[in-house]
Amino acid sequence: MIQFSSFSEFVQMGTHGIYVWSAYGVTLIVLAFNVVAPVLRRRELMRELKRDITREAPRNESSS
Amino acid sequence: MSNIVWDKVKLYYHRLGSPRYFYDISARFLPWFIAAAVLLLGSGLTLSLLFAPQDYQQGHSFRIMYIHVPAASLALSIYLMMAVSGAIGLIWKMKVADIVAKVCAPVGASFTFIALVTGAIWGKPTWGTWWIWDARLTSMLILLFLYLGVIALHSAMTDRQSAAKSTALLSLVGVVNLPIIKYSVNWWNTLHQPASFKLTEKPAMPEDMWVPLLVMMAGFYALLAVMIIMRTRCEIIDRERRSRWVKALVSGENTR
Repeated sequence: MIQFSSFSEFVQMGTHGIYVWSAYGVTLIVLAFNVVAPVLRRRELMRELKRDITREAPRNESSS
Repeated sequence: MSNIVWDKVKLYYHRLGSPRYFYDISARFLPWFIAAAVLLLGSGLTLSLLFAPQDYQQGHSFRIMYIHVPAASLALSIYLMMAVSGAIGLIWKMKVADIVAKVCAPVGASFTFIALVTGAIWGKPTWGTWWIWDARLTSMLILLFLYLGVIALHSAMTDRQSAAKSTALLSLVGVVNLPIIKYSVNWWNTLHQPASFKLTEKPAMPEDMWVPLLVMMAGFYALLAVMIIMRTRCEIIDRERRSRWVKALVSGENTR
């Protein structure tokens, strides 16, 4: 059963809204960072390695 | 018969130890872990924020438990995983184990940080203070410093093999902190409440309070798998950049 009868009651959570929401907020930020960081890192790596390959290519065409 | 089983185990162990095999197989598992994490965390958040009843003493601040407990539990599990992979890398020179040990550190530090911060925020309305130097809180802070120590060692050492060796040793020494954290609430008089869940006993709280926790716990573990796999895959590409298969992968892939 839903514990709140209105949206403002849900936001306020008695007097504890500020505590609950800041705890969940911090958690969300830290977890989101941990998901986004490897995605960005992968992109950067791919770009970097691709550049390396195109730079190497003219020198040893036979190997690729 | 048992020989056949043993040979299979050895085969998979050696295969998993190969970065390329890990990279290939993890691509198949990753979408499932992502789906599980999204589903479990979505329903877990709905249950814990909307449906779980408030605690008769703590009111709604009790809802912080649904992220605090899984985060703290993961903080310990990840440390154990880091130490065990470090030991495997140390003894059997397994490349993937070294990588997993390395990527565990920032993820573990993040969950320890979440456990500490949510604990402090929960402590304010419940105990009347953000922080006290009691056994549970202090040993948890030490855990954070251990993670940060491992991260610092990795960034300070340029040689990968010696970095893997010294961080593995540091992680193994730090394992003594784990039972101290776990049993601190029983060994010392602390403000922190003892474990509300034990594997061997039925929980003391009503079903609509502990089911959300169970779902959140599973969701956090699924998310952990996603984070570790993604970071490990990046690290594999970085380290194997000279190998033919990574070059083929890079030139075959669009700039994603």
